[in-house]
Amino acid sequence: MVALALGGLIWINLPSRIPLQFTLGDIAVDTSIGSPVLSWQDGSGQQFTKKFETKFGLDLQGGSHFVFEADTSKLNASDVEDAISSTRNIIERRVNLFGVAEPSIQVLRSGQTYRISVDLPGVKDHQEAINLIGQTAQLVFKEEGELDPSIPISIATQSAIFRLTKDTGLTGKDVRKAQVTFNSENAEPSVQLSFNDEGASKFADITKRNVGKLVGIFLDADLLTAPVVQTEILDGTAIITGQFTVESAKSLAVSINSGALPVPIQLVQSETVGPSLGARDVSLSLFAGVVGLVCVILFMIIYYGRLGLIASVGLLLYGLITHGLFRAIPVVLTLPGIAGFILSIGMAVDSNILIFERIKEELRLGKPHQTAVRIGFGKAMDAIKDANVTTLIVAFILFNPLNWEFLPQFGLVKGFALTLAIGVITSLFTGVFITRRLLKVFYTRS
Amino acid sequence: MVIGTGIYSMVRWGYRVSIDFTGGTEVTYGIGEEFVDTISKEDIEAGLKSVNATYQSHEYPDDTSLVVRVSDMDEQSEPQFREALAKRTSAQLSLLRLNVVGPVIGQEAIQKTLIAVGLGIMAILGYIFFAFKRASFAFAAVVALLHDLLVVLGMYSLVGHFFGAQLDTLFVTGLLTTLTFSTHDTIVIFDKIREYRKSHPHESIETLSDMAVSATMARSINNSLTIVFMLVALVLLGGSSIRFFAVALLMGTLTGVYSSPFVAAPVMMWIEKWRK
Repeated sequence: MVALALGGLIWINLPSRIPLQFTLGDIAVDTSIGSPVLSWQDGSGQQFTKKFETKFGLDLQGGSHFVFEADTSKLNASDVEDAISSTRNIIERRVNLFGVAEPSIQVLRSGQTYRISVDLPGVKDHQEAINLIGQTAQLVFKEEGELDPSIPISIATQSAIFRLTKDTGLTGKDVRKAQVTFNSENAEPSVQLSFNDEGASKFADITKRNVGKLVGIFLDADLLTAPVVQTEILDGTAIITGQFTVESAKSLAVSINSGALPVPIQLVQSETVGPSLGARDVSLSLFAGVVGLVCVILFMIIYYGRLGLIASVGLLLYGLITHGLFRAIPVVLTLPGIAGFILSIGMAVDSNILIFERIKEELRLGKPHQTAVRIGFGKAMDAIKDANVTTLIVAFILFNPLNWEFLPQFGLVKGFALTLAIGVITSLFTGVFITRRLLKVFYTRS
Repeated sequence: MVIGTGIYSMVRWGYRVSIDFTGGTEVTYGIGEEFVDTISKEDIEAGLKSVNATYQSHEYPDDTSLVVRVSDMDEQSEPQFREALAKRTSAQLSLLRLNVVGPVIGQEAIQKTLIAVGLGIMAILGYIFFAFKRASFAFAAVVALLHDLLVVLGMYSLVGHFFGAQLDTLFVTGLLTTLTFSTHDTIVIFDKIREYRKSHPHESIETLSDMAVSATMARSINNSLTIVFMLVALVLLGGSSIRFFAVALLMGTLTGVYSSPFVAAPVMMWIEKWRK
């Protein structure tokens, strides 16, 4: 059981791939081991994969962080929440166009001010990103035009996005609104577009020349839908039918309506970090961590002897468990986060030192070994509990899990608070439970 | 004395307040070693002319980078400045980091950070009162906290003056964390006093706190030593971007060790005696 748990722990902490090649007598082994990748399917066949990798924050792997402030002054108070959340969604869609692996887009509220923070890991070209996010998205209608000669004809004719190459001159400016309607016969949802006068006449022309052909509605470069024109439409309303569910019809209507951001946004804060800066600091800090760890272990062994050795084993386990937790949760490690981790190693021995001092005290009073360990443990617990609760309280305030608007919401501070809190909780576990087991087995017997 | 020096430094030199709080733009460029200390204020100001921005400060945090702080330069005009500076100094400048903070954000950061510190102190006070059921303990712990706060703030001002450390959000984080260390130590001593009070009900509070302080000294010093090991390693070997964060933590740890037996315990004793 213990061996199994330990094995699992080490497995999670392995680098993602270690090649393994050796020959043992007649058997040649050529494989690789690495941290586990779990993968499973839920009832609906959705595939989940969980990799145990260490995730680094923007400051370490490089990337861009932006905060945009929304100008809600022209909105009714009741519309603000809706407008902000649809702005968020539009930004998310634009960012996805950018092909970023794990973007994070959050709404931060501070009094009556709404801000949207955007994290784009790995994006170094901040100018392009700012333009992409802040631009006014254009809704455009395109009709079938000449094919791009560089794309094989067989592919190009198959796919609407390659066939729709010709601008029609009809844009989002001409659309009055889009809404979900239901077919009176079979109650199937569809999306109804209504154009203003200019739009209606443009649309009439377009449908006239394209009966039986596709007309595409694009948002930025994204093809939203490409319905086939059934008849010429003169009254300025178009109904897009298709295989819509209520949800998909609704989201199309929202997309068309929100072609432009519902609230103007302005960049108020940005940070762009090149990857090289972080990489250098990570390796330096990790080296510092190892040096510090060795000093702590040496000190503990020199000062406490056999007890110190036990504490050191607990400390190594502490390191493995914490790092494993960082990977499993996963915790996004920032540089202050790593500092918090390194710091927590120094603090992790605190419980051990408290316990050992108490045990020594009991031994000095002439109590037998086993009793001294038991009583020492019991007495140390009060102080350990009280001391760690205060650290957890402060970590809670710094992490601000409920996103209270009167407290700081800075990513770096959060990273530090989170690793500190995980460190404190884990150190309680290893410092108290694991040390107790180890003491029982290796200390009281002699 | 330490506090006195610190306050003198705070008043005399103040702080280098980071753009986290003031707003502004901070750019870090990677440069070749041969260019360290060769790019002057005049060079930078000349480069800034092309983008209409105002020079604030610049420094070389290590031997491959240059940090420039300016106001009124946004993301869009940074490349233009970089080009102008590179042309003038013929240095290769690669953008390592660009950080732009709007003035409103800075203002808000100050407020929120102050609230966080205040709330942190209140929470610690509340918890100690809850755990020990004695106002004198909680009050004494907070006096020790304020002592540590003053020491770290003062010393950091010195470090800022002589080594260019900046007052930023990370520093405040470090400050709050060291406050918890200090409380750790104080709690351990108070816990001992609480215990002795039960086992020696007739001893005076002076004797009790004396016994408690001597009994916990070894633990207090040993534990701080292990933390100090880690922090010294970070200060000396860790990267330049968290060096001053580690320095702040280190100062806090050291003063925390001192303040618990020599500030918290005596203050608690005075209050207890004054009550009688």
